[in-house]
Amino acid sequence: MFDAQMIAMLWEGVVDTIYMTVVSTFLSYVFGMVLGVLLVICRRDGIWPRPVLYGVLDVVVNLTRSFPFLILMIAVIPFTRFLVGTTIGNNATIVPLVIAAAPFVARLIEASLLEVDSGVVEAAQSMGASTWQIIAKVLLPEALPSLLNGSAVAAITILGYSAMSGAVGGGGLGKLAIMYGYNRYQTDIMFATIVLLIIIVQLFQMLGNWATKRSDKRLF
Amino acid sequence: MAEPIISIRGLEKKFQSKNSEVYALKGINLDIHQGDIFGIIGRSGAGKSTLVRCINMLERPTGGQVLFEGKDLCRLPECDLREARRSMGMIFQQFNLLMQRTAEENVCFPLELTGTPRETARKRAAELLELVGLSKRASSYPSQLSGGQKQRVAIARALATNPKVLLCDEATSALDPSTTASILALIKDINRRLGITAVVITHEMSVIEKICSHVAIIAGGKIAETGPVEEVFYHPRTEAARTMVMPEALDPERLPQGRVVRIVFTGSSSLEPVIGNMILDCGRPLSILYSDLREIDGAVCGQMVLQLPDDAEACERIYAFAASRGLELEDMKHV
Ligand SMILES: Nc1ncnc2c1ncn2[C@@H]1O[C@H](COP(=O)(O)OP(=O)(O)OP(=O)(O)O)[C@@H](O)[C@H]1O
Ligand SMILES: [Mg+2]
Repeated sequence: MFDAQMIAMLWEGVVDTIYMTVVSTFLSYVFGMVLGVLLVICRRDGIWPRPVLYGVLDVVVNLTRSFPFLILMIAVIPFTRFLVGTTIGNNATIVPLVIAAAPFVARLIEASLLEVDSGVVEAAQSMGASTWQIIAKVLLPEALPSLLNGSAVAAITILGYSAMSGAVGGGGLGKLAIMYGYNRYQTDIMFATIVLLIIIVQLFQMLGNWATKRSDKRLF
Repeated sequence: MAEPIISIRGLEKKFQSKNSEVYALKGINLDIHQGDIFGIIGRSGAGKSTLVRCINMLERPTGGQVLFEGKDLCRLPECDLREARRSMGMIFQQFNLLMQRTAEENVCFPLELTGTPRETARKRAAELLELVGLSKRASSYPSQLSGGQKQRVAIARALATNPKVLLCDEATSALDPSTTASILALIKDINRRLGITAVVITHEMSVIEKICSHVAIIAGGKIAETGPVEEVFYHPRTEAARTMVMPEALDPERLPQGRVVRIVFTGSSSLEPVIGNMILDCGRPLSILYSDLREIDGAVCGQMVLQLPDDAEACERIYAFAASRGLELEDMKHV
């Protein structure tokens, strides 16, 4: 059914999809971490209360999150061209992926950090911890299992976006599904890409679950 | 007397919400001296936690002063305040240990904050875990420890930076009676051996009686009464203090008919069976309505409430007998 060339193409799709997902997830965490931590410490009852900054960030995050991904992708085309010099292919897809995912990741991180018992933060304050020390030595390490769990959710969501990006010039499995499955009615290829996507999602989720469990010292 | 280590002057804390303001604390004055175990007792909502949290500025007072070794903490810049906080350890009802760190790493935590070298910190942690009797559990995570053990780790952690003061907010309220007793004994031991001043917040009389030298009774955000424990507990002067100190059974409304008196034993009476002899002496039966006598170092402490016989002559003999033993009978109906 599939010749060698087809299999090579599918394999390339898998590699591209994983590449885009991993790089975008990583970059989303770089920006999302800063945003998420700010969303936690700047709230009125946070450890660095800045209600105005919190309000602004909150609105910005909500605005970005309410854009449908495809629209966002088209809207940021000039910016993408400015950054990577092209608007098609893997690297070009990473730009809108990060812009769309970073606020989502920020919310995931915010939720994880808010789960940390405020009593523990208070105990650290009573020992003379600075705001930085509380972030680095209390909030992030105590929330680690929840953060790892969230990262699987984030990676899977970004994988879904990357597949969508195939419709407007993105690479990877999404592109194959659109090109062959949709435009040329080759349902077997579409089916193969779907199976491959399911397997990748499963892998991400299993990896996330495993890391979460391993890191959590509360479970015995 | 020497300068108090903690001196609270006119402390006020107002909580502001959208359309109301609540005074959690108002006009609090307290002096806590070096080496005291100072109890603060009050009912739920009296403002105990708010008060102790104002001592290390976890809660910012809205008025007044908190002087720690003569420095007003309310006016200290952030970095000096962090420094001051290192001289005040704190333990909590819910222990508040870092769940993702072992017992040893928890004790190292405050030392990491001050940039202590790793090896030095580990040595100190080992000493402290030894002090609280948990050397064997150094590599256990909090989720593997019992409540009492968690509180011991928390105490070791609070002591890591060699504080001068240990603040305890309901530190035993989540523990069963025998664990409570052992934690209290540990606090007392630390106080004696290391000379650390302790501030003990509680809603239980027994905690104060067991370890405190001084007590303040807080009610409705104000200090009702303060002084040495025996004085405040056995001779309360204010209504608020009396209702706090007296067991519910001794509510004047609920006392039986007839003459009811209270005898306070403050440790001066010998082990002689006083009440037995009193009954023999007057030749009439007495009912004991309430008693919480304990023997501390061979002396009897506590209070007892008796219903006296109706007959006046017997009563007179009882008063005379009590006087001969240096005991004071306080008429409960006229308090
Ligand atoms: N953050 C807050 N905002 C508004 N009111 C508060 C706040 N914290 C405490 N209060 C109020 O201040 C009063 C004292 O509270 P506090 O927690 O000090 O009592 P407590 O004596 O420790 O009680 P408990 O024994 O239940 O712990 C209460 O009436 C409470 O409702
Ligand atoms: Mg309280």
